[in-house]
Formats: sequence, structure tokens, C-alpha cells
Amino acid sequence: MFEVISNEVLAENLHKMVVSAPRIARARKAGQFVMVRLAQGEERIPLTIGDADSEAGTITLFIQAIGASTRRIVATKPGGFIRDVAGPLGKETHIANWGRVTCVGGGVGTAVLFPLVKALAAAGNQITTIIGGRSSRYIILADELTPLSETFLVTTEDGSLGSQGFVTGPLAELLADPERVPQAVFAVGPVPMMKAVANLTRPFGIETIVSLNPIMIDGTGMCGGCRVQIGSETKFACVDGPEFDAHLVDFDGLSDRLSCYRKEEAASHSPTECKIGREVA
Amino acid sequence: MSNKLTAKERMAIERVVMAELPADERNKNFEEVNLGLSADQALQEAQRCLQCKNRACVAGCPVGVSIPEFIDALACDDLPRAVQILRGDNALPAVCGRVCPQETQCEALCVRGIKGEAVAIGFLERYVADWAMHHPDRLLREPAPAPTCKSVAVVGCGPAGLTAAGELARQGHAVTIFEALHDTGGVLRYGIPEFRLPKEIIDREVALLSELGVAIECNVIIGKTLTIAQLLKEFSAVFIANGAGLPTMLGIAGENLKGVYAANEFLTRVNLMEAGRREHSSTPIITRREVAVIGGGNTAMDCVRTAKRLGAERAMIVYRRGEAEMPARVEEIKHAKEEGVEFVMLTAPTAIIGGEDGWVSALRCQRMELGPPDDSGRRRPQPVAGSDFDLPAGVVINAVGTSANPLLTATAPDLDLNKWGNIIINDQGETSIPGVFAGGDIVRGGATVILAMGDGKKAAAAIDAYLKGK
Repeated sequence: MFEVISNEVLAENLHKMVVSAPRIARARKAGQFVMVRLAQGEERIPLTIGDADSEAGTITLFIQAIGASTRRIVATKPGGFIRDVAGPLGKETHIANWGRVTCVGGGVGTAVLFPLVKALAAAGNQITTIIGGRSSRYIILADELTPLSETFLVTTEDGSLGSQGFVTGPLAELLADPERVPQAVFAVGPVPMMKAVANLTRPFGIETIVSLNPIMIDGTGMCGGCRVQIGSETKFACVDGPEFDAHLVDFDGLSDRLSCYRKEEAASHSPTECKIGREVA
Repeated sequence: MSNKLTAKERMAIERVVMAELPADERNKNFEEVNLGLSADQALQEAQRCLQCKNRACVAGCPVGVSIPEFIDALACDDLPRAVQILRGDNALPAVCGRVCPQETQCEALCVRGIKGEAVAIGFLERYVADWAMHHPDRLLREPAPAPTCKSVAVVGCGPAGLTAAGELARQGHAVTIFEALHDTGGVLRYGIPEFRLPKEIIDREVALLSELGVAIECNVIIGKTLTIAQLLKEFSAVFIANGAGLPTMLGIAGENLKGVYAANEFLTRVNLMEAGRREHSSTPIITRREVAVIGGGNTAMDCVRTAKRLGAERAMIVYRRGEAEMPARVEEIKHAKEEGVEFVMLTAPTAIIGGEDGWVSALRCQRMELGPPDDSGRRRPQPVAGSDFDLPAGVVINAVGTSANPLLTATAPDLDLNKWGNIIINDQGETSIPGVFAGGDIVRGGATVILAMGDGKKAAAAIDAYLKGK
């Protein structure tokens, strides 16, 4: 049993939960995730570890509550318990000093991006962070990301915060400017957003890394449910990822597989997908 | 009934037939198919054993169960003694009595099988183990072993890990099992369906180990949550039995279409997560009228029989060799056929065909014929030119096998691996790291429950010797 230490609403349907998990807090590196099962009979769902405090023995999870399972998880009050939390899983992010790095986050994907930005900043990169959301209500972690970023940009579809439009707008401007063009790009968000970023950077040959969110059951490489096409190879996001070279990812295939249980979800209100980055940026 | 029958009288008894749920009833639910023996049936079957001096059957058992001895105790109606003998050799007898391929092991070597039918050793094992579960007050109490003050970490709560844990606990060592999933049993729980092995049986066998003092910690992934190096700081020895890993892909077009499952995912959803068969499960499963399962092993049988139970009208096994070459247990094949599973033999998939919506619509196949024997001694299937055809299927399940899981080994660089990523061990089951032993599928690649248990038992003896020499 894993105690919920705090549970805070960051935006509509988006919770920040701090959970006691001392071993995971000690072992965890940026880019890794945990498998969470609230109680007997519930699904196992993957959630990225947003942050961790090894001293306090806690991990921070950012959870978008748009399905039955995630809604029940975020309904857990401080002092309550999550039955199963296993991890840290997945490969840690390869962090290097590229020089100029652009980090792009969409919706709750911003929460996944946060530990990467933190680690990239610590490695001495100059970071431009671009965060997008449908409206200002979906822009999260701005206060946390601003001090880590040399430049911090916001886009919203309705123009309620930052510039109106998509994250790809400011990114395209950066790519076109020889003074500001990044040596690497990290993008986490909805599949269409990551695909758009990959398509933008491809002609420039800029190393672009995305964090994928396929359906998982065990998260330990056993079930193969999270397989994604990376170039000519089939990879398992849970053990080979979750981060991959964006220019090799078959985003359409990923999108399609993510829609596998839409009908069942609608019928039973019991979605199975990882909800990370489902919000359209 | 007396145990003092003459050999002739024993020879005159016919092999027992175990009652089963009717096929057209059981293929709609997950109730256990085999109903077990009655007391009379068990006693009579036990009388069939000739009590051979050379104990050929024992040599066929990977964990070396004292078969004639426990059967003799049963024939004398001394069930507490039968239990004591059986459990002394086998940590999971109620499991083995249900899932072991006896026909290729103990029963294959039974003298009675030379002329007629072997003693139903598996049925008797199950009977004795089940009796023990229902009569805890009648069991002979074993004295608690003196604590050795040595501790062993067991990685993985499957058949190899559970067996090793039981053996080591009986020697007085403090044993902790670390399990990556949220529940115990490993493949016994996520892989084997309840119609073959009810979860209650696993719970009871695991409870017995807990009574022996074995501690079990779920949700701990060795290689991730903790490393082997960390375990070695806390424990006197380590036994790695983390099982098989990644599904082997078929390498044909269409494998990522919606509706294509690896066997492990399909079975884990239904068995571990209870998808499709418990109202309270919130894990979904895709069900379709036509389900094609690729493979001929026990895993393939488990998948196809599960698909049938989930409502498939056509649940099909697609296998590139013939039925005689199938590695599945004879009983599983028989049960599957009775339940209405179709066997599409000498057929190899060449592509998975999908509609524009991204869902599977058919399995493209090629007819095969058997050529000369290959390395495995089985006749090699060869494609028949121009024999392509499409088998309509809404769900395709790949049950051709798994490869080694890299999770643990990736963070233990001192662990020597073979070219497939399996851990290399010596004759004692010890790895290249002193004090670290390994067994089961992480060493063998995909094998059976009982072979994994055999590894666990052998490794436990080696670990015990290692700890005593320390």
C-alpha cells in the first residue's frame, strides 16, 4: 500500500499527487514511469514520475482524470492509499549538454516534460520551453518551468494566454532563426502534437526525442501491448522506451493502437489507456 | 480396500477416468474442467501401482517426487503420510497435479504403460494435494527448522521462485520473494487460465509457503526498484527466477493492427486482470466472432480455449506443423477439441490483413507439408506453392513464444548471458556472480512449470550448500 501524501488540482481534471514510495523515489531517474493500480479489480495504468524526493521517500505523479480509472485514482484523498505502485520503469532519459535545447509540452504532457527540463537544465543546456494548451486553464507548471528555461513561451488555441495557436508556431520560428535554432528538441504531448514537431524538425536534421504513451498492462516487457513501430523495428515502449527518436516513430500506428478500446471505454466507462498527453495542444 | 493385492490383481484394474465438466457447458465459463477423483477412485487407482523397485517414474519427474512411496501411502489410505511424502518433495503439488505434462514425464516411464495405460500419477498427486488443502487439521506437523540466520532473496514469485523459497525455508533460511507484479504466482496466475488452474489453488499453495515463514513483497522489480548489487548487500544469497520476457514477434506484416495480441497480453488481461469475466474488472478485452491463435504449445491452447469462453464462434489454432508435432499437452489438445476449437494444421501465417479502419480482418496463410526432420527431430514444414488463402479473423493472437526479459540483466553487468540474453549458470545453478543463482525461463528460455520448479529445487540445494560453506 502506498500512501497519498498530497493531492492538488492544477487545472481542470489535472491533479498533482505526491505518493509515498521510498524505494522508487531513490531509484527513479528522469523519463521513467510507474505502473499504478488503485485497488483490486482496477486497471494497471502507466504514469510518468513527474518528480521525486528521495529524502522524503515520495514521488510526484501528474494525473489527467478523464477516464473512470484515473478519476478514481485522483479521488484518493491525502492519507488514503493506492494499492499498487511499481517502478521505476522504462529507460531513463539520455541527458547531455547539447547547448541549445527546445522543450515542447502539450497539455498534461507538460508534466512529463518537467523532469526532463529539470535534468537538461542541470546538465547546463540553454532551454527554450514552449507549452501549449487549449486555453489558459490547461497551461500547467508555468511557475516551475520558467526559472529552468532561458526562454519560456506559451501558446493557447483560444489565445487566452500567450500567443494564439499551436506550439509548432514558435518552434518553427526558432528553427528558422540561425541564432536560436536548437541542437536538440524534446517533445511530450498528444500524438498529433509530437508528430507535428517531428515533421517540423526532420528537414533540419535536429535530434528530436519524444516520450510515447501506448497502452500497457504489466509495464515490464512481458505483454507486448505497448509495441510501437520505430523505423523498421518493433519496439516495446515499456523496456525500450518510453523515449524514442521522433523521426523514426510511426505516429499514425501509435494513434491507431491507442484507439483500440474506445468502444469499450464508451460502453463501460472504463478506459485503459495511459492518459498522459491526451489533451490536444 | 486392502493394499495387499497381488500383482495380477493390480494389473486387472483399469486406469481411472477423471470426471470433467461437459464440453458444451464449460466452454462458456471459466470453471475448472477437471473435477478431480473421488476417494474411491483415488484408492483404486493407487492400487494399480506395482511399486517397482527401480522407480522409473521418479527419474521422469523434474523435482524427483517419491512417487511409489506417496502412492503406497495413499493405497494404504494413510493420506497424512501421503501428503507428508509429496510435500516433502514438491512445494506446489496441487499445481503440478493439474498442469504437468505427466504423459511425457513420470507416466511415460511407468511400467504399466508398456502394456496398457500408465498409473494416473498426476491425478493421484492432485488428489493428495487437494485433500491436504481441505484437511489442514489432519496433517502431520513438521518441526520448525532451526534458523540458520542466513537470508536469501528470491527474484520472481513464479514456479521456480516459489519452489526454491519453500525448499530454502525448510532448511531454516530466511527467504524473501520479490515479485514485479501486484500478485503472486507469476505465470501460474497471469498465464494459466482458471479452467486449468483455479486461482484459489495458487493462493493456498502460496499461503503454505507464508506459513513456513517465506516473506513475499509484490511490486518490487529487481533491476529497477532494487538491483542485484543492492540485494547482495542485504542477503546472503540471491536466486533469480524472473521468468520469460518479451513476446517474440512473428515478423510478418500487420502485427501492429488493432486486434492483434501477443499471448501474454491476451492471457494477462483475462487471467491476472480478470477482463471479460468479472464484472468488477475495469480492464477491457477485445472479443470477436473469429479468433485465430498462432502456435501449437500449451500457451496457444490456453489462448484459444479462453477465446472460446469469451464468446468466439470460431476459435482456431493455426499451426505450421501437424497435430502430432504439437508441443501442447495431449489433454489440452483433447479438451480444446471437445470444446469446439478448430485446428487448422500445416498452415503458416504470412501476413495479418487489416481493413481501412486499422482493425484485423483476416490472417493470410499458406499451406505447409512436412519435409525431413529438422534439428528438433520434428519434420520440417515446407510451404506448398500457390496455396495462399485468407482465414477471416477479428482477433489474432501470437502464441509462438517469448525471449529473455532484459529488465534485470540490463542493470547487472557482471551477469554472464548467452547470445539470446538468457542467464548462464553452472552445474550448481550458480551464475557468474558468486552467491547469485538462477533458474526457470530466464535460464532456459520458454519451458514448462515443472522444469522451472526442478530448477528451483536444484538451485535451493546448491544455495543451501553454499550458505553452509560460508
